[in-house]
Amino acid sequence: MYDSPLDSQTRATAGTAPAVAVEAARLRYDGLPLFDDLHLQLPPGEITALLGPSGVGKSSLLRLIADLEAAAEGRVHDGSGGVLTGRVAYMAQQDLLLPWLDLAENVFLGDRLRGARPDHARAEALLAEVGLADRRRDRPAALSGGMRQRVALARTLFENRPVVLMDEPFGALDAITRLDLQSLAAEKLAGRTVLLVTHDPLEALRIAQNLLVMAGRPARLERPDRPEGTTPRAASDPAVLHGQADLLARLGRARAAG
Amino acid sequence: MILQRMILPMTLLRPLLIFLAVLIVWHLGVVVSGVPHFLLPGPLRVGTVLLDRWQELLANAWVTGLEIVLGLLLGTLLGCLSALSLALLPPLRRWLLPLLVVSQAIPVFALAPLLVLWFGYGLGPKIAMATLIIYFPVTAAFYDGLRRTEPGWLDLAKTMGGSRLSILLRVRLPAALPALTSGLRVAAATAPIGAVVGEWVGAGAGLGRMMLDANGRMQTDVMFAALFVLAVLALALYALIDHGCRAAVPWAQERN
Repeated sequence: MYDSPLDSQTRATAGTAPAVAVEAARLRYDGLPLFDDLHLQLPPGEITALLGPSGVGKSSLLRLIADLEAAAEGRVHDGSGGVLTGRVAYMAQQDLLLPWLDLAENVFLGDRLRGARPDHARAEALLAEVGLADRRRDRPAALSGGMRQRVALARTLFENRPVVLMDEPFGALDAITRLDLQSLAAEKLAGRTVLLVTHDPLEALRIAQNLLVMAGRPARLERPDRPEGTTPRAASDPAVLHGQADLLARLGRARAAG
Repeated sequence: MILQRMILPMTLLRPLLIFLAVLIVWHLGVVVSGVPHFLLPGPLRVGTVLLDRWQELLANAWVTGLEIVLGLLLGTLLGCLSALSLALLPPLRRWLLPLLVVSQAIPVFALAPLLVLWFGYGLGPKIAMATLIIYFPVTAAFYDGLRRTEPGWLDLAKTMGGSRLSILLRVRLPAALPALTSGLRVAAATAPIGAVVGEWVGAGAGLGRMMLDANGRMQTDVMFAALFVLAVLALALYALIDHGCRAAVPWAQERN
């Protein structure tokens, strides 16, 4: 049988994915604290979904972990004091594909930026993994939104980092495409420590092992119960349906409080 | 279907029709008003000059064209280098930006006599004029493009571990190419002004020089003929650069 380069990758990172810890995170926005003395712990090798009302600071918290938010303070480490630099891959809501590169070039962009020889074979294998093997010479403009986000996922996987930070990665897609991509992402990201910022309770319940709800100002984190069963869960799974009601109630309260 | 087939010929036909209409109005105006031909020659007189002296016109057009093209190349090169160093070294900006603005504030025409004094009557001062006149638009457009990179691309490149230089070359520079092309279009339209003004101040050859000579002898028809050739030259250059820019930056058309 065809041995995917991704499986061997996943095996390699599964045992080694670090935890992610944020201590005393602090961010002021317009003089008001968005969050203050916030603590967060992501269990190693699991997908944690972070939900909360718009503007509560979810993306800022994710960007703090990615070392992209200069205004935020706080200590970010891997649970045992080590830094995360070079161990984090980032995926945003926009696919951020560069329009002047073809799909394969977009996938191995990281190699180019680091001055390494681009690994064409691995980029093409990853494009095949996300179902776009025959499109590797196309420009992003020729693709649908769902296909573009598949390429973004392949590019994220190409980085082969044990920690993956995703900021509403499927937020701009239609419902059916979103379900497809959630399953694909859950499968391909297994074994990595993932923080998934999302607005969508269904998305969180389908693919996350861990849930966090961020609410209030300054924001606090709540920990709803872990949904049962293995991911990706079907949309009709009783655990998903039950959890969705609970999450919606929490989010409703969070918005009323904020 | 018929409409679609009509559109392409019309885009070619329309400027020709306008040109023809201008010629007719011009001709009738001259005939009816009886303006002396040394003040305003009719299109037929100008056409005769074009036919009789085409070799001289062509030789001078070659000189002026060379000045414009070399000025464009030099100005674009200097402009791109300036914009890239400004983008790579932000502290440089505080020192260089005032200089840039001053370089634009001084009327290039006022510098022309000085340039002729320094560089003589050859190609030098005209190339310098054309370079000076396009340097600012190219630098400003390209630098602006380099500063307006999609922030998400920069975040992504940062998490991938790119250095400042590699992010500049691999992400910010290609992302700024559409902005650079708009600077180049302005440059293509203004570079001929620099070359011709340079020739007016002092030159051995070129269309501007030819116009100056003709002006001294009241040969208005020759002036018009030279002007016509200059316009054709400038238009051809603009069309060439516009076409080249479109071909080089095909993704720029996505956003309109």
